[in-house]
Amino acid sequence: MDLMLLFFIFTLAAFLGFELIAKVPSQLHTPLMSGSNAISGITIVGAIIAGGTDDHSWLTTVLGTSAVILAMINVVGGYLVTDRMLGMFKKKTAAVKKEDAA
Amino acid sequence: MNAASLINFAYIVASILFILGLKMLGRQASARRGNLISAVGMLIAVVVTLLDKQVVNFTWITIGLVVGTVLGVICARVVKMTSMPEMVALLNGFGGLASLLVGWAEYGKIRAYGWDRYLAEFAGNPVFTGSAIFLAVLIGGVTFTGSVYAFAKLAGLLGGKPLLFRGQHLLNALMLGLILAGGGVAIFASDPALVLAGFATYLVVSLVLGWTFVMPIGGGDMPVVISLLNSLSGLAASAAGFVISNNVLIVAGCLVGTSGVILSVIMCKAMNRSLLNVLFSGFGSGAPGDGDGGGVIQGELKPISPEDSFAVLEAARQVVFIPGYGMAVSQAQHQVRELADLLEQNGAEVRFAIHPVAGRMPGHMNVLLAEASVPYEQLVEMDAINPMMASMDVAIVIGANDVVNPAAARDKSSPIYGMPIINAHEARTVICLKRGKGAGFSGIENHLFLMPNTRMLYGDAKSTLQAVVSEFKSIAAG
Repeated sequence: MDLMLLFFIFTLAAFLGFELIAKVPSQLHTPLMSGSNAISGITIVGAIIAGGTDDHSWLTTVLGTSAVILAMINVVGGYLVTDRMLGMFKKKTAAVKKEDAA
Repeated sequence: MNAASLINFAYIVASILFILGLKMLGRQASARRGNLISAVGMLIAVVVTLLDKQVVNFTWITIGLVVGTVLGVICARVVKMTSMPEMVALLNGFGGLASLLVGWAEYGKIRAYGWDRYLAEFAGNPVFTGSAIFLAVLIGGVTFTGSVYAFAKLAGLLGGKPLLFRGQHLLNALMLGLILAGGGVAIFASDPALVLAGFATYLVVSLVLGWTFVMPIGGGDMPVVISLLNSLSGLAASAAGFVISNNVLIVAGCLVGTSGVILSVIMCKAMNRSLLNVLFSGFGSGAPGDGDGGGVIQGELKPISPEDSFAVLEAARQVVFIPGYGMAVSQAQHQVRELADLLEQNGAEVRFAIHPVAGRMPGHMNVLLAEASVPYEQLVEMDAINPMMASMDVAIVIGANDVVNPAAARDKSSPIYGMPIINAHEARTVICLKRGKGAGFSGIENHLFLMPNTRMLYGDAKSTLQAVVSEFKSIAAG
């Protein structure tokens, strides 16, 4: 792909990132940080490509496989932790209902 | 449609899901779905990458994916809600290290095949791709060691105080120079021994730089640091994306990079400080005596027993809880909620005042109280509670310190001067739950504890609250 096109994409994504996070209530800052941390695990894509190349080099295999493991921990751990946190936010009515049911 | 365009199409879908997911994460009602949507985007990105024509060797990738998934699930299940900040720091560090390894692996391929064959596969030229690899390794390395340091500080493995030494900034600048020189040599030199030396130098120094960069920042500022490191790990992924001309890496990494910066700035604003001040001032390292010049601190610590606390609380009509990191440490959120329920049954109106930087991460307290099923309508933000504070009968400070320290408003020599606080001292009676005497995590003396309307309830917050709760229950039973 053309280099300038990649830069173009990068610049647009940068502005989008700034705009997305303008008004977020403070109680959501931690889940948001954790959720975007999971997205930064997208480096898993690079890790798969790096590790999947068959170039008969043990160095590439070791580096690629380690990268896949680490990025996968980041992705899976990140999404699950965020989900766990967000699962705890409830409205009062919902919380009461749940207790009644129990 | 051939495989390559199918993959790129799927990457566009994944990018859209990330954007939607991030947007939905910013609103209470949709946050959980947003996280799920962004996870679906990630799943799509991973699956189609496996179809890439570059990927031919699946054995090790499969092993890596399985091992990573298992470890990730374990991390997420085992971690306690109170340790969430250090968990996020650690996960973030792993992501940074992964980007570093990707950069290293690609660099190894270039060195093995030469530029011509490599650039036939990916767009770019030696200078551009070389710089992108350089950035992926540098940023990934700084993210990794910086996050590990932040993790160790939050987990209490290292002291919370910032470490400053003479010439620290000079040393960091020198290291940055060394990294640039080493990186230049690694990319442009042709002599294999020289190339190896250059690469090793800048790899190792990048790792050291992450450590020394976070070292002078106090434990209280770690949320900002983690948010910033999160942003860096996104940029490292983006750099890796430029190396292998992969648009989903570039977009997702960049989104995380910029949104992380915004989040860091929001957190700094809540402390009324600039990002530069947080990063370079060694905040909280000053001698504790510095603030005493004006003779502001006078008075003594007045202890109170759980029984007397009960008497005060039983008569109260307006009660506000002000939680801090101490509540997280002693896992007292369930007792807090139990007490709040009893107070409500007793006819009092109960609120929870949440300082934007209470705890070790913004929103840390909200997460804990939510875990204990405190409805979030009862949580009041700092700006909303302060005008009401004078009408509060009792303010219960649970392991919070700097965020209720009036020195921030009055004492110009205090290191936290100018930080907005919750005006707990305006309440008629203040009960401070505290493990023991002495300054808190940031090492700053708290003027609130010495004020005439303040009573100190010493001990582990969980057991002292339990004692107050059983007082209530025994009265109700009797």
